[in-house]
Amino acid sequence: MNINLTLIAQAVSFAIFIWFTVKFVWPPLVKAIEQRQAQIAGGLAAAEEGRQSLRTSAKQAEQTVAEARHRAQEIIAQAEKRGAQMIDEAKTAAREESGREKAAANAEIEQEVSRAREALRDQVAALAVAGAEKILRREINPAAHAELLAQLKKDM
Amino acid sequence: MSATNELTPTEYIQHHLGFFAKPVGDGAFWTIHVDSIVTAFILGLVSVAFLAWVVRGATAGVPSKRQAFVELVFDFVDEQVKGIFHGKRDFITPTALTVFVWVLLMNAMDFLPVDIIAAALAAVGIHEWRMVPTADVNTTFALALSVWLLMIFFSIKVKGIGGFVHELFCSPFGAHPALWPANFLFNLVEYISKPLSHSLRLYGNMYAGEIIFLLLWIWAGTGVVGTVFGAILGVGWAIFHILIVVLQAYIFMMLTIVYISMAHESH
Repeated sequence: MNINLTLIAQAVSFAIFIWFTVKFVWPPLVKAIEQRQAQIAGGLAAAEEGRQSLRTSAKQAEQTVAEARHRAQEIIAQAEKRGAQMIDEAKTAAREESGREKAAANAEIEQEVSRAREALRDQVAALAVAGAEKILRREINPAAHAELLAQLKKDM
Repeated sequence: MSATNELTPTEYIQHHLGFFAKPVGDGAFWTIHVDSIVTAFILGLVSVAFLAWVVRGATAGVPSKRQAFVELVFDFVDEQVKGIFHGKRDFITPTALTVFVWVLLMNAMDFLPVDIIAAALAAVGIHEWRMVPTADVNTTFALALSVWLLMIFFSIKVKGIGGFVHELFCSPFGAHPALWPANFLFNLVEYISKPLSHSLRLYGNMYAGEIIFLLLWIWAGTGVVGTVFGAILGVGWAIFHILIVVLQAYIFMMLTIVYISMAHESH
């Protein structure tokens, strides 16, 4: 066993070797490790993000559906209201119409009656004149008594 | 330093390549290399404890740097296994992982400066200690032999004892009885050469690496110039050795996977 310069050479070369390892062997290894870590962390984060967004969109969809349902109900209620209104309106219109028609018919009837009465009056007057003519053919001058007859007709 | 205490280069190398051998019986075979066993055991314990520690604290979320590192190693090994072995990997991947990590750590002992370790150990009364268990052919052969036994175990488990014997005599040339001796001889050579090449490849590389270090350190002991160049070349060799250490661990692991997966295939 002899202690000599060999020991120093070995110590120096070992030190340099350690330096080399620290400088050139270790970093790529650590880099690979860190890359792997980052990759896994990224993957997990992405998965979490996906889960989160799924949850958010599910909530959003639920909200939309609820909103739509609410809206549909509103529309139905509105339509029902509108329908009732329309029926009411139609009823009112029909009632008005029927009233109007009845009034028109009444007026027509009245008119007809008055016209018939007029005609009757004319005919009666004519008959009366004819009768009187037949009776008074000679004595009575139709021209002289026309004024009288007109007066009579008016009074009837 | 007195001249009588000075070591010749031969003595220096012999000193560093001497095992802490403990005879446990008669004959050269009955010896235990305490250094190889203890170092390998400690390194095995360290790697297993480290992995267990990381696995205990493992999370499915963002991993710590520790966990990410272990995951990288595991994924790497599992990827290799997936490429070779098609089937349930719940035994073969852990085996490959153990082999890879353990052999890698044992190989990495080559980076430690031998004389500083030796001086430290000498201070506690241990004078012969080889730090690199894989530069001991006993260690590599033990590993290769374990893989070899697994190979035979799986061969029999998958194909049955009949299928195993059938394959021994009927492959690769054919089932004709006249071809049985040739087949058997061929398989015999294969079964012998597999553990030998498996273990000797690792051993040879690690041993050669150690020798080159020792030669550089001898040079470093010859004078200031030698010290400077020895240190520089020592760094160079150590840096190049990173490649060899990892590569040999990788090759050892790959061969383990290949041998065991070959045992699963029937011919």
